[in-house]
Amino acid sequence: MARVETAPLQAQAAPGWRARAGDLTWRAAPFVSVGLLIVAWEAVARSGVVTAYMLPGPWIVLERIGTDAVAGDLWINMALTLYRAFAGFAIAAVAGIAIGFAMARNRIANWFFDPIISVGFPMPKIAFLPVVILWLGLFDVTKVTMVALDAVFPVITATLAGIAAVERELLWSARNMGASEREVLHQVVWPSALPQIMTGLQVALPIALIVAVVTEMVMGGYGLGGAMMTAWRFANSAGVFAGIVEIAAVGYLVVKGMALVRRRLLLWHPEAMEPSTV
Amino acid sequence: MKAALIRYSPLLVLALAWELIARLGLVSSSALPPLSGVIVSWFDLLRSGDLVTASASSLYRGGTGLLLAVVVGALIGIAMAWWRPVNALMSPLVEMFYPMPKSALIPVTVVWLGFGDGSKILLIFLGCMLPVTLGAFNGARASDRMLVWSARSMGASRLRMLWDVVLPSAMPELLNGIRTAIALSFILLVSSELIVARQGLGYLIGYLGADGDYQPMFAVVLTVAFLGFAADRLYMLLVTRVLAWRA
Repeated sequence: MARVETAPLQAQAAPGWRARAGDLTWRAAPFVSVGLLIVAWEAVARSGVVTAYMLPGPWIVLERIGTDAVAGDLWINMALTLYRAFAGFAIAAVAGIAIGFAMARNRIANWFFDPIISVGFPMPKIAFLPVVILWLGLFDVTKVTMVALDAVFPVITATLAGIAAVERELLWSARNMGASEREVLHQVVWPSALPQIMTGLQVALPIALIVAVVTEMVMGGYGLGGAMMTAWRFANSAGVFAGIVEIAAVGYLVVKGMALVRRRLLLWHPEAMEPSTV
Repeated sequence: MKAALIRYSPLLVLALAWELIARLGLVSSSALPPLSGVIVSWFDLLRSGDLVTASASSLYRGGTGLLLAVVVGALIGIAMAWWRPVNALMSPLVEMFYPMPKSALIPVTVVWLGFGDGSKILLIFLGCMLPVTLGAFNGARASDRMLVWSARSMGASRLRMLWDVVLPSAMPELLNGIRTAIALSFILLVSSELIVARQGLGYLIGYLGADGDYQPMFAVVLTVAFLGFAADRLYMLLVTRVLAWRA
């Protein structure tokens, strides 16, 4: 500490070129690694070690995405996949939070749902897809139902954990000062459980996207997953790789968007002060 | 025993409701075959050997892929926490691929390795690696500076410190990441077998469903669900064992 205080002012204001260059290097690292990945992809594709069918070069894939974008297919498929994922996610969010609150407040609800959740959460729900197809048909209802079924469990458990972690002192003081149950719920329980609930939603959203893509892949039709399977059936590997890039981009944007929503909703919370790792 | 019975009684209620709805003919028996019939079908499948072959092939794929994912994922995660250049190069890639729905890789793995076991193992390996990596990275990064410094001042080599300090502190988060990976591996396994496979539990479900044999199909679906549940429970038992020292 003392060394810094006694150092000349200029030395603090202008760090040496060495430090600056080092800082720049670390900041450039992400571009380096992504660049290296693309260069390696191009190199392997060109080297002839693998056929163009097994690994089309990045420019071919980019071109294919460009054609899809111009033709409009890309946007239709993306919109459909996002619609299915978000419709199921919204149902899961509302139902999950409602069930979580019901379980925390009502003994019968807790008795009924507790074993279902402890057995249902670790189950691979995707195995029920053929059953749900049997019941609800081959269209969007099935896909949205599957998404909701898979995404609801993390929301319920997060809501329960959030409510359980509400500080007793806050509840006691609120009740002591004459708050009604409704007010306690609105002004104490909900805000203090919100960070945990948001974490649950952040876990649920990628799951929703995975399930939306998988159901599209199994059932075919439009949507990013369906389009990729169509390309695959016609042995169009540029289309398959374009699908992967598109799905990865959508996943990245959705998860980043959710982190932004969290920061916005929890601006008042101490966690917003710390650098977010997401 | 009695407590467990009361705790799990809602499942019993659901099972009874299933049987009643099917027996009373409220829905057609192809949409919901009675539970008792499904149980009979399950024993038939078990006796014919179909269930055993399919389970063995699915568990082999899942287990191998998962094992590879855990070993490679943990190594990368700890390397990222330990060496800054590795972190600088790897973390953008991890951040880029982590949110990607890994099921998108199903067709490519088939293009690369064909219809058999290899493509499923590769898929599960790629799909399950990142949660393990992230768990190991977060855990190792959070290891107590004091412990690292004391180990260093007592003359521990870098490798020794990795093994004795960093790995134990990374353990809880790493084990949590592996739990996520196990759940993911079942999703990827079943969906890839539903889409392209010649054997395995997912293939059996699709095959029976296409034939309209809904009773055995329900039996296989319940088997898969049970295996996923059992894998998670067994794993959690193991975790409490491994983490017993933390008390």
